[in-house]
Amino acid sequence: MSTKSSDQNPVVSGIDRRSALAGIAAGTAAAVAPFNIVKAQDKVLKIGVILPRSGVQAFFGQSCAKGAEIAEEVLRQVGYDQKFEILNADFESNVDVARSRAERLINDGAHVLVGPFDSGAAMAIAQVTEQRRVPFVCNIAAVPQLTEQGYKFVFRIFPTSVDLVRNGLLGFKDIFAATGKTPQTAVFMHINDTFGQANKAAIDRLFPTADMPFKILDTIAYDPAARDLSVEVAKAKATNADLLMVVSRLNDAILLVREMVKQRWEPMGIMSPGSPGMYEAQFFQTLGKYSDYAVSVVPWYNPTTKLSAMVGAAFNKKFPKDSLVGNIFNVGFTFESIMVAVDAFKRAGTTDPVALADAIRTTDLTNRLMIGGPIKFDAKGQNMNVGSAVLQNFNQRPSVVFPKDAAEAAPVFPMPGWSQRA
Amino acid sequence: MPAELIFNVAVGGVLTGLVYGLMALGLSVIFGVVRVVNFAHGEMMTLGMYAAVVLFGSLGLDPLLMLVPVAAALFVIGYILQSTLINPFVNRPEHSQFMLLVAVAMIMVNGLLMIFGPNARNTLVSYALDSYQVGPLIIDAVRLYAAVAAMAVALALFAFFKLTPTGKAIRACADNYLGAQVVGLNVKRLYAFTFGVGAACVGAAGCIMVLLIDVTPQIGPAYTLLAFVIVIVGGLGSMPGALLGGILIGLSEAMAGLFFVPSAKGMFAFAILVLVLLLRPQGLLGKKA
Repeated sequence: MSTKSSDQNPVVSGIDRRSALAGIAAGTAAAVAPFNIVKAQDKVLKIGVILPRSGVQAFFGQSCAKGAEIAEEVLRQVGYDQKFEILNADFESNVDVARSRAERLINDGAHVLVGPFDSGAAMAIAQVTEQRRVPFVCNIAAVPQLTEQGYKFVFRIFPTSVDLVRNGLLGFKDIFAATGKTPQTAVFMHINDTFGQANKAAIDRLFPTADMPFKILDTIAYDPAARDLSVEVAKAKATNADLLMVVSRLNDAILLVREMVKQRWEPMGIMSPGSPGMYEAQFFQTLGKYSDYAVSVVPWYNPTTKLSAMVGAAFNKKFPKDSLVGNIFNVGFTFESIMVAVDAFKRAGTTDPVALADAIRTTDLTNRLMIGGPIKFDAKGQNMNVGSAVLQNFNQRPSVVFPKDAAEAAPVFPMPGWSQRA
Repeated sequence: MPAELIFNVAVGGVLTGLVYGLMALGLSVIFGVVRVVNFAHGEMMTLGMYAAVVLFGSLGLDPLLMLVPVAAALFVIGYILQSTLINPFVNRPEHSQFMLLVAVAMIMVNGLLMIFGPNARNTLVSYALDSYQVGPLIIDAVRLYAAVAAMAVALALFAFFKLTPTGKAIRACADNYLGAQVVGLNVKRLYAFTFGVGAACVGAAGCIMVLLIDVTPQIGPAYTLLAFVIVIVGGLGSMPGALLGGILIGLSEAMAGLFFVPSAKGMFAFAILVLVLLLRPQGLLGKKA
């Protein structure tokens, strides 16, 4: 029942028209305001960068983090003026912590995750991002299963262990052909974690049909957290193998070479078909002349591209005391992962995760610093175009020896004995 | 498997075990007298390791030469820790002691992390990669020097407890607390002294250990656990037992790595622990309760 307070201001159930209009206006403003705030937030992409900044892989995590730190400056130069914010997380080289940190980043508003360097952590994070429907751009992790599980929100710019090993074995052949020297036997040592086991599985699968000139006499796995590899190296030495083939990380690569020097084991070469460690700055700093002649066949940067020059300049400006070459692998892939995320944000125009994931899926980035064709993902989220270079250490610096068009030095095989190093 | 390989690995295991034994000796000393289980033991060793790293990095001083000063510094830390913080807990329930020392350990780990960061550090002395060849046997020089230093410190410790008045007084406290008080010994001060001696021992072990492994703030807990395994295997409170336990664990790790899967060699120490607990719970050289 309505009552009239006046002709100009009818009252309905105790509320006059003025009050009703004011209420409607306030309610509309309140209803629209959150969307205004969200729209403003849509203008800033939050990228959660999750890395092992402490623990056994701290060096790699901190090296990768440098790629994230220079990303904004370089991407502006390239022409990306989209605003983005980096949210950092440390998973302490622990897979279980990786899972919880990924959850926390998403709870803190991350629209996309980038990381994590480690295969085990990548698998754990992928489960979280798939459940939470947040895109995950994996910078470095080789375990094949990451992109074999039908995930729609997981993308990887790094090659799988199968591709790494395939390229690695081909790289070995290049060295043997160029030097005219061929080992007859090898011993294979590998780190016993997700990455090491994935590489071992790839070698088991590819080796029989790879037509390699040597046979593998023994395979020795070692604990990733081992602080002493004297027993393992003694076992490897006892095989009398010509070649040491190794899948390692940094700290264990240092321990291995130290023990080889102490135990006076001088194989024809130390060669890795695609693992980190032997081209890292700390490997050279710790081992000095004993770090030379080790061979790593890994995805690497192309020093001739414009983007490489920009990244190099930004890195040297921000980290004048660090070696670009000693960090470029980690910096390069992390930077490219962030570039993929920002490029997708630019094309999608929104931070909506589904739209972002769809945009990432149609990425076609030709402007790269790492060797290989454009960054393009297949239906499984795997980058189809990643190449490898053969690096050999000379004067405590990794130099490209293959492919020939990017070569900085000629390969040396067999390597000089420890006592012959200058 | 060639005999020289087994021999080389065995010698390496024994040499490493001697250093383990020295590390565990400190824990055994502390428990044998003060009856407190030092759950910050590995972290104290880490303090000693970092002290050696800093002295080597800044002044170029060899860790083996810095044994005595670093041990002295850890003695002071241990003495102060016991007399101020731990002493009130000596007669409290064991879980209170456990929580106190775990808290101390966490403070040490995080303090080191804040000061030194997470990256591994080492002391690359001039002889770090040297070795001696005796026929088919190749002996790692650093491991040999480390083992000799560990033996020297252990012998000095035995001599202290056997021959000095303070050492005898400490043994008296351990044997009969009430009797020691009755004859006028200052038990509280002797407890603090003993804790200091245990800390000095583990500080010396840290100085030696940094020649063998790289140090990070997080390695403490693993060595606390290893020290426990060694003293339980050797016999809690038995100093010779700690040395014997160390050698046994060092050797078993080496042999397990050689004959079984190297990546699983760490578990054999625990297998030995289980066997000892089942068959001889007081430890190899421990006294039955």
